[in-house]
Amino acid sequence: MAELLRVATAGSVDDGKSTLIGRLLYDTKSLFTDQLAAVERTSRERGDGYVDLALLTDGLRAEREQGITIDVAYRYFATPRRSFILADTPGHVQYTRNMVTGASTADLALLLVDARKGVVEQTRRHAFLASLLQVPHLVLCVNKMDLVDFDREIFEKIKEEFRHFAAKLEIVDVTAIPVSALSGDNVVSRSPSTPWYDGSSLLHHLEELHIASDRNLIDVRFPVQWVVRPRSEELPDYRGYAGQVAGGVLKPGDDVIVLPSGLTTRVAGIDSFDGPVDEAFPPMSVTVRLEDDLDVSRGDLIARPNNQPTVGQDINLMVSWMVDAPLRRRARIGVKHTTRSVRAMVTDISYRVDIDTLHRDETIDTLGLNDIGRIALRTTSPLCYDPYRRNRTTGSVLLIDEVTGTTLGAGMILGPSHPRTLSSSDPRPAACRVRPAGADRAEPRPALTPATGA
Amino acid sequence: MPVRGYELTHLQMIEAEAIHIFREVAAEFERPALLFSGGKDSIVMLRVAEKAFWPAKLPFPLLHIDTGHNFDEVLAFRDHRAKELGARLIVASVQAAIDAGTLTEDTRPGASRNQLQTPVLLDAIADNRFDAVFGGARRDEEKARAKERVYSFRDEFGQWDPKNQRPELWSLYNGRHRPGEHIRVFPLSNWTELDIWRYIAQERLEIPSIYYAHSRDVVERDGMLLAVTPLTLPRPGETAVPRRIRYRTVGDITCTGAVESTARTPEEVIVEVAATRITERGATRADDRVSEAAMEDRKREGYF
Repeated sequence: MAELLRVATAGSVDDGKSTLIGRLLYDTKSLFTDQLAAVERTSRERGDGYVDLALLTDGLRAEREQGITIDVAYRYFATPRRSFILADTPGHVQYTRNMVTGASTADLALLLVDARKGVVEQTRRHAFLASLLQVPHLVLCVNKMDLVDFDREIFEKIKEEFRHFAAKLEIVDVTAIPVSALSGDNVVSRSPSTPWYDGSSLLHHLEELHIASDRNLIDVRFPVQWVVRPRSEELPDYRGYAGQVAGGVLKPGDDVIVLPSGLTTRVAGIDSFDGPVDEAFPPMSVTVRLEDDLDVSRGDLIARPNNQPTVGQDINLMVSWMVDAPLRRRARIGVKHTTRSVRAMVTDISYRVDIDTLHRDETIDTLGLNDIGRIALRTTSPLCYDPYRRNRTTGSVLLIDEVTGTTLGAGMILGPSHPRTLSSSDPRPAACRVRPAGADRAEPRPALTPATGA
Repeated sequence: MPVRGYELTHLQMIEAEAIHIFREVAAEFERPALLFSGGKDSIVMLRVAEKAFWPAKLPFPLLHIDTGHNFDEVLAFRDHRAKELGARLIVASVQAAIDAGTLTEDTRPGASRNQLQTPVLLDAIADNRFDAVFGGARRDEEKARAKERVYSFRDEFGQWDPKNQRPELWSLYNGRHRPGEHIRVFPLSNWTELDIWRYIAQERLEIPSIYYAHSRDVVERDGMLLAVTPLTLPRPGETAVPRRIRYRTVGDITCTGAVESTARTPEEVIVEVAATRITERGATRADDRVSEAAMEDRKREGYF
């Protein structure tokens, strides 16, 4: 049973999200009396007729003065079963950017709908973004059930409507729960007001949800972060490759290939401060020693010879654009992928997704702030990647402004692109002409160590 | 490392995340430094850093902004730990800046040196040309911190602009900056006070004795218990009384309050922390009580 669950939630002021979060915090004793007193004081000073629990997370001066949420806020609560990190994002300003940010690390997306209103535009947006970011689990809280007399038909109708929409998305696991955040029905414990509901309370569901198999334990992926070389008297020749396992289970003795060079060797040992590691799996941070003295450095990726990521320079990806200045074809941008930073050129912008209708608009040629769209990139040197749906770590990139250093957007890799022939007048990154070692689905190179391991 | 069904405990997961952050910074920055005060959060942070680079030594120095208003036990501990790790310790002193006339101290009663740390910190960063500074701040401590990134970008004046932060996704951190700018890095962002104590217990970390229950003469002031020291004498009308206390946070001695406690081990502290209904800073830090946005305002000016 994994002990940490990361939850992303989003919603507007009036759907009761703050009340629900406040209740989860309060009922798990994660809300402190001085915090509550401060919230009550500020609500009173602002002349609110109620205690606005949104103030718990809205910590910035501008937020408290204007009564708005600017940014992703992180809240922490725990039960004896599990610890929770809750990324709470506002429902209005910079909505897409913040929701994408919160969802990027989430195991579960928590969506709220008002039982009186049912599935609305914002619900569909949330669901689409959760699907785009491949959040493995989704909970639809049908809130304010007390205002519809806990009517089962209303709940079932909303649930059906949502399932119908979600069928078009890639959401594996959807659970609908009838709740009243205000009176606490089905939040922490099952409510007598909904005898027809045979599922779990929200908190029970969050505590018991099985998430261990959401990780990719099949494809070994180890991006090298840092080379550990003590050069000390006791360890003059120690050389270890430090990193966080991004996929699969890596063991001492395993045959491995180092990409993009394509050299093969074997794992001599896996080290940690706490002792040797028999099996390293995501998200462990470890240090890997290799049998052969190869030239391995930050940005390289260790995989198994018979299970390699794609290595290439032409990549299709979905992007979420996060700045005012639009993304244009042929723009040159920085790309950070696992531990590797490269430059890239935007070779194509195929379409923009209307996140309300899921319609693809192929007539556009730029992406603006908060747009989601599909683009193609050509990178200056090869990336070792997987499709995002296969691996959220080796399938994700940051897009960065090379001049100002700003983060421009986030990308989720779809797969290799087949670049359109660029005219000779097109500027091309110099390294494009170099065929990368270990290009797409390359045959394993000859091993440096005998296969017998003698 | 005990493993069952390829699952990690909560502490193992947040530790793995913090180790990842340390290595990213070491790899991508020219001159990082780690803020080490001898306080419990920085002790935990230092242990995680030690793990990140083991069996090599830390690839960066330790930096302490010494207010001159410290608990002796904490300073002794600071020096002991730096020596044990073979780490270089750089101390930037608020007192030295006051003596040199570059800072003017607020000498009114009740004034702390908290604000004075900021210019000394910024000078130390500039003098040493640090481009990344690790801090032990946690998001559960304070509501302005709840909104701060793991990589907190600071301009040439060290200022934090909460409305203009870079989005932070997955475990991909963007550390790009220009000369003169720097990044504050908070590897323990996702840890809570309880996590810190559980980690201290799990790792059997040595921490200064004042974090455990001891007898001390204290006065009650503004609802807080303040130790009687040469810097904090009882005011007229106040009486010093001995109490069994421990510290939940350790900062400037003039504004850090204690809580009544009988806890003498990490395990006993965990029981107390789990049962408490008041936040760490709400209970013990007068500096955060100045206004609703006291922390945000200090951070904007370049505070930790």
